[in-house]
Amino acid sequence: MTPETSLHNKLYDRLKEVIEEKKGLRNPLIEILRTAQEIFGYLPIEVQEFIANEMNIPASKIYGVVTFYNFFSMKPRGKYTLNVCTGTACYVKGAPRLIQMISDHIGCSMGETTKDGLFTLSAVRCLGACSLAPVFVIGEDTFGRIENKDKIAEILNRYK
Amino acid sequence: MSLKRIDLLICCGSGCVSAGSLKIKERFHEVLQEKNLANEINIIETGCMGPCDYGPVMVIYPEGTFYKKVSPDDVEEIVNEHFIKGRPVARLMLQDDEENTFNTQREVPFYQKQVKVALANCGYIDPESMDEYIATGGYEALGTVLTTMTPQDTIDVIKKSGLRGRGGGGFPTHIKWQMVHDNKSDEKYVICNGDEGDPGAFMDRSLLEGDPHRILEGMMIAAYAIGASNGFFYIRAEYPLAIKRIKLAIEQAKEAGLMGKNVFGSNFCFDAEVRTGAGAFVCGEEMALIHSIEGSRGNPTPKPPYPAVQGLWGKPTIVNNVETIGNIPTIFLKGADWFASMGTETSKGTKVFALTGDIKNTGLVEVPMGITLRELIFDVGGGMTGGHKFKAVQLGGPSGGCLTVEHLDVAVDYETLKERGAMMGSGGVIVMNDKNCMVNIAKFFMDFCVDESCGKCSPCRIGLKQMLDILERITSGKGKEGDVEELQRLGEAVSKLSLCGLGQSAPNPVLSTIRYFREEYEAHIRDKSCATKVCLDLMHFDIDKDRCIGCSLCARKCPVTCITGSREDKYTIHQLDCVKCGNCQDVCPVKAVSRIPGMHPEVTAKREAEAKIANHHDD
Repeated sequence: MTPETSLHNKLYDRLKEVIEEKKGLRNPLIEILRTAQEIFGYLPIEVQEFIANEMNIPASKIYGVVTFYNFFSMKPRGKYTLNVCTGTACYVKGAPRLIQMISDHIGCSMGETTKDGLFTLSAVRCLGACSLAPVFVIGEDTFGRIENKDKIAEILNRYK
Repeated sequence: MSLKRIDLLICCGSGCVSAGSLKIKERFHEVLQEKNLANEINIIETGCMGPCDYGPVMVIYPEGTFYKKVSPDDVEEIVNEHFIKGRPVARLMLQDDEENTFNTQREVPFYQKQVKVALANCGYIDPESMDEYIATGGYEALGTVLTTMTPQDTIDVIKKSGLRGRGGGGFPTHIKWQMVHDNKSDEKYVICNGDEGDPGAFMDRSLLEGDPHRILEGMMIAAYAIGASNGFFYIRAEYPLAIKRIKLAIEQAKEAGLMGKNVFGSNFCFDAEVRTGAGAFVCGEEMALIHSIEGSRGNPTPKPPYPAVQGLWGKPTIVNNVETIGNIPTIFLKGADWFASMGTETSKGTKVFALTGDIKNTGLVEVPMGITLRELIFDVGGGMTGGHKFKAVQLGGPSGGCLTVEHLDVAVDYETLKERGAMMGSGGVIVMNDKNCMVNIAKFFMDFCVDESCGKCSPCRIGLKQMLDILERITSGKGKEGDVEELQRLGEAVSKLSLCGLGQSAPNPVLSTIRYFREEYEAHIRDKSCATKVCLDLMHFDIDKDRCIGCSLCARKCPVTCITGSREDKYTIHQLDCVKCGNCQDVCPVKAVSRIPGMHPEVTAKREAEAKIANHHDD
């Protein structure tokens, strides 16, 4: 067995454990998909089919749920997701400009992942940190009142 | 717990945390250790105190000293001067424009017109300590309800208080409760709607993060009233701290026996679970939310049947907003009459607002219903920043509308706002100055709603897209006569025909801006000009030759090399190639580059020529 397939199997083993653990809850599909995305980083068709088999529900239902919610992704994502807030307060205070500056800096546009696989640039609707507008988050860290390119460079360098 | 001589409350709401309040807390621990004062001073991490703009903020008791914009370097001074010598640090206190210093939190103008009911403990207690919640009267209301009142008595108190849903619609809470109470069923559910999706709103987030036990207690009272023994918190995935705090509160309450079997020795049994959203705005709609908890796509379904009849898993269910639930314990502690004494004829109590935009005091506020917009924006909010003029205020997010200067003296209550074309909504208040283009703001909200429409019903899916196309046409200089009327016609159709609240209210931002700023739409269409210079196709950059010193910086920074010239001839922008990135304006050392409203004549001529050719081909 190559190291990749063994890692691969390990991920599926973990997913199986999670499904077992949550099966008792009523309609735990969304919670399971969330954990599956944490394990695999994204939700390819194979993972969806695996969950369908384990839970004994149609794969089409899972596909329907995955494609409905913004949180789920069927494409691989970068190590960090860089979520720029596009809520009203941020918009009024310059979110479009912030997106432009970030995408210039990391060299990829909205919805894409950088070549080194470090960042995925995406947009979220309101993070509720409006007083700091314009805002973006990386993981659980919030960065606000971003006014220039230097500040973006300084923040992103911390993750390199 | 030993008594300490000073309580140091550090705001750890999301605003202050991003501004660095956790580092300050660490620094206090270090300095107090060094000086051997750790057992004299109590450091408490609280939820949002409100004035996010001044963050990180802190309050020091017993005297209530309020410090703003504290940095880790200030910590040593605070300890030496304030804690050891008893001399508060004046430079960290809030000052107004007339240099009056406000020593204590009570004196700060931001708090003067506020009345805190739902937010009473937010920023005052440690949200992770159940003991602190209990010390402020927590779980007393639940105890009273369970031991002395029947479910019907409980509903009657809510009826008397006049409490209405704080999530937007303003539906009387007691009616929902009564309906579920009267429905006989083996199982009933109570759901706390924490799917706060309105852009520009963070009330529910702050409440869940700052006072989770209050929400849990309120939910249990609701459950008792309707006869439910299971509750669900549906919270957005974007709010990880809120999720963590509610989970912790549930654990603590279970451990203390305040949840579970036979609470307070009564027959009431209760268990609660947290379910997280996965990023879909429409899930704030109650039927969509219920489907999401059931593990499906969050599509709304036609009502009736209402959730009160057939809700979660087909059982009678109430869905109440976080803030609505947050009011409940206090109503039972202080009485329905007390609550109903605040507010207007039809809107009782207080409302939490998230003040944002171009005002001085952005943050979280709670004011009595019926306060005027002027008081809210200028007294509590401190007025506009940078000496700019007030232009409009957007209330109610993507479902709400914009109001203008002429509405500043309008009372904030459900009915009055609705009559004027706005709505209370969940409580996001976005104040805009005269640099904002209203057509562009309408486009922003329409873009949001098109993106978030679930696609189930065609008026919303197709109608909103049509409206967005027209708005995009207008803002890119291709607007036609009749576009405004077409927007109104479509807007009314979508409002009337859509299945759920999202579609029914989505045209509001467009309709309200047309109502109050029609001339702006017309200037965009007829004169091809955006007076605020926000819509890039309807403005241009120009270099003032008298000011230009011919340094060539702009030409070198231009990404499309459309600026040419020399030291002698000065520099010129070739309008046809300009992409309006604004670099030239940013780099000009003498501010010779400016934004001019209106499409440049050269561009207009080119577009007209192109249109002619296109028409010719059509013939």
